[in-house]
Amino acid sequence: MANIKDKIKNIYKKKNSGVMSYTIVIGLYLVMEILMKTGNLTNLIKSLLVPCVCYIIVAVALNLCVGLSGELSLGHAGFMSIGAFTSVVVSGTLEEVITNDILRLVIAVIAAALVASIIGYLVSIPVLKLEGDYLAIVTLAFGQIIKSIIGNIYLGIDEKGFQFSFIEDTTKISENGKMLISGPTGATGISRISTFTAAVVLCIIALIIVYHLINSKDGRAIMAARDNRIASLSVGINVTRTKTLAFVMSVMLAGAAGAIYGLNYSSISPAKFDFNQSILILVYVVLGGLGNINGTIIAATLLYILPEMLRSLADYRMLIYALILIVIMLVTNNDKLKNRINELLRRKKKHE
Amino acid sequence: MKKNNVIKVVVVTMILALLAGCGAKEGSDSIKIGGSGPLTGDAAVYGIDVMNAAQLAVDEINAKEGKEYFAFKMEDDAADPEKSPIAYSTLMDWGMQVSIYTVTSGAGLAVAEDYNNDRIFALTPSGSNTGLIYNGKVNYDNAFQVCFTDPNQGRASADYIAEHKLASKVAVIYRSDDDYSKSIYATFVEEAAKVGLEVVSETSFLKDDADYSAQLLEAEKNGAELVFLPIYYQPASVILTQANNSGYAPIFFGVDGMDGILGLDGFKAELAEGVYLLTPFAADATDDATVHFVTAFKEAYGTVPTQFAADAYDAVYAIYQACKAGNVTPDMAAADICDIMIDQFTTMEYPGLTGTSRWAVNGEVNKSPKAVIINNGVYVAAE
Repeated sequence: MANIKDKIKNIYKKKNSGVMSYTIVIGLYLVMEILMKTGNLTNLIKSLLVPCVCYIIVAVALNLCVGLSGELSLGHAGFMSIGAFTSVVVSGTLEEVITNDILRLVIAVIAAALVASIIGYLVSIPVLKLEGDYLAIVTLAFGQIIKSIIGNIYLGIDEKGFQFSFIEDTTKISENGKMLISGPTGATGISRISTFTAAVVLCIIALIIVYHLINSKDGRAIMAARDNRIASLSVGINVTRTKTLAFVMSVMLAGAAGAIYGLNYSSISPAKFDFNQSILILVYVVLGGLGNINGTIIAATLLYILPEMLRSLADYRMLIYALILIVIMLVTNNDKLKNRINELLRRKKKHE
Repeated sequence: MKKNNVIKVVVVTMILALLAGCGAKEGSDSIKIGGSGPLTGDAAVYGIDVMNAAQLAVDEINAKEGKEYFAFKMEDDAADPEKSPIAYSTLMDWGMQVSIYTVTSGAGLAVAEDYNNDRIFALTPSGSNTGLIYNGKVNYDNAFQVCFTDPNQGRASADYIAEHKLASKVAVIYRSDDDYSKSIYATFVEEAAKVGLEVVSETSFLKDDADYSAQLLEAEKNGAELVFLPIYYQPASVILTQANNSGYAPIFFGVDGMDGILGLDGFKAELAEGVYLLTPFAADATDDATVHFVTAFKEAYGTVPTQFAADAYDAVYAIYQACKAGNVTPDMAAADICDIMIDQFTTMEYPGLTGTSRWAVNGEVNKSPKAVIINNGVYVAAE
């Protein structure tokens, strides 16, 4: 027995193995599933599950970019948006061809991830060759551009095929067709095929990809390039390549999460994915800890669910939420407090 | 690992907190009316007015009935389509039987299907997008509107301007990334051509734009006597200020989104003098119902009610009238109430603050449009 215990302890102690992250995600999943199956879950919690997991994935993805490769991105909501609208178009188009919801969801998510990563790669080409905060500036602009572009797209499908128009709605969709994206209203009448299980599966895949990258040769190169660009250049690391790798991986996961997110609602609008949304995701990452995946998962979960849990406070809700944010920020950055907590824990251990 | 221990404790506490929130639905002797709207954020003016007015109506009805006839609960959705499903779920947990839907359209679109699938009767006071009551071929038979739909507002505005000969050359400034603005604009231009109005300038802007001088200049250059503003009051206030600064003084004509401009902090109300609004409600009207409502509202909340408040007040009373006529009791299931309400709403006539309303099967309201003009800082019925 003691042997097994030690073994488990060792697995947890191994740095960056990710076991802790998997444990948290699977643990939360099991608890929620059991509660759902036994009918103990309120509608409120049920409606929070999928978006919450989506935010976890995007936050983990952003941490890959900001924490691991040290490049600030302020446009991850834009990549989520690309993912969401791609998946809605793909799923809407295939609705009659592929009737199996799960298969359609998988195809939509893969398509979303692909489109997001291709666009992410294009964005990164001019920027990541440079040294400095240019990625932040470009992604900031990119987020705004994407919002405007999608807000002006009219795309519909009927028996004659796709119809597309830009800025002015000139599409003439016949009785049997439907609009997939209609300008500023966004997409409506989406068939909601996302499930909590699908979101968690994607989350675990995302974690596997991220941990795999961290523990690989490329991952070490990414971190080396972050810590000292010149030194890593001198040992032959292609800094542009490693940074591009981290960024493209990151936006790919953001796009995939956006797909699950988009297919979870009956209507989504491009205005939803604005600058504030990008900052919100960045807040999850910063409060969870740069480069700290476990922290990001927990921060995203807590900060997403918290304002909804505070609904009973009515008018004071957002006030309390803001206060909690400030307190978390102070506590996580206060060395004195950290030492104090560590001391307490050490004492407890000695007792044992 | 040590840090993780602390985190573990936090997570466990959170899960326990979640569990504590799960409880059985309580029985009640009142019919439960729910609704969601922006109580925080940009559009909070509307949400709070709707909440207050609906609460006022519920209190009055309860006093009249001598018992808790209605129970009312409003949840915050911040006018965000991501939050409205959450607000909706919270209301369902509470046991909502009838709903005043959502205050804003965007938030409503995200829950339209849920309301229809769960068979909850929904009457929105101010969500004017047609997607709230039907989606293409699919009619949400459970959903109705108190306000005009967006296309109807554009049409009614053009008719009103032509009928009252306010101007012959008009300019339109609209927000191109907003569906509300765009759809009013589209039907306005269409109807203007029919009734002989000449649209001399059509310009647009985007959310968060701060300078409208180019659009105003364009309108002025083309000799527009009237500028139609199918937009919300925040950008409209800037447009009015900039037009005043540049000395351009056409007639400004707004729709329901213009309502609230007089209450905007930091805006000089005298700039809005002479502005026309297409709105079904004028707080200075002298009929008994309006006087009673305005006095009661002022007494309770200290502000003059906007048309959103009037729409919400009407929504609750219309539900009340239908409940009475259909003998709805609190122990009925929401789906049964929904069927009764649909029957009532498609056949009844409701005389309210915002005019005498009838409803079509698709959920659109039928009542005569009215316009007001801002005179000495108050709305005066324009005739």
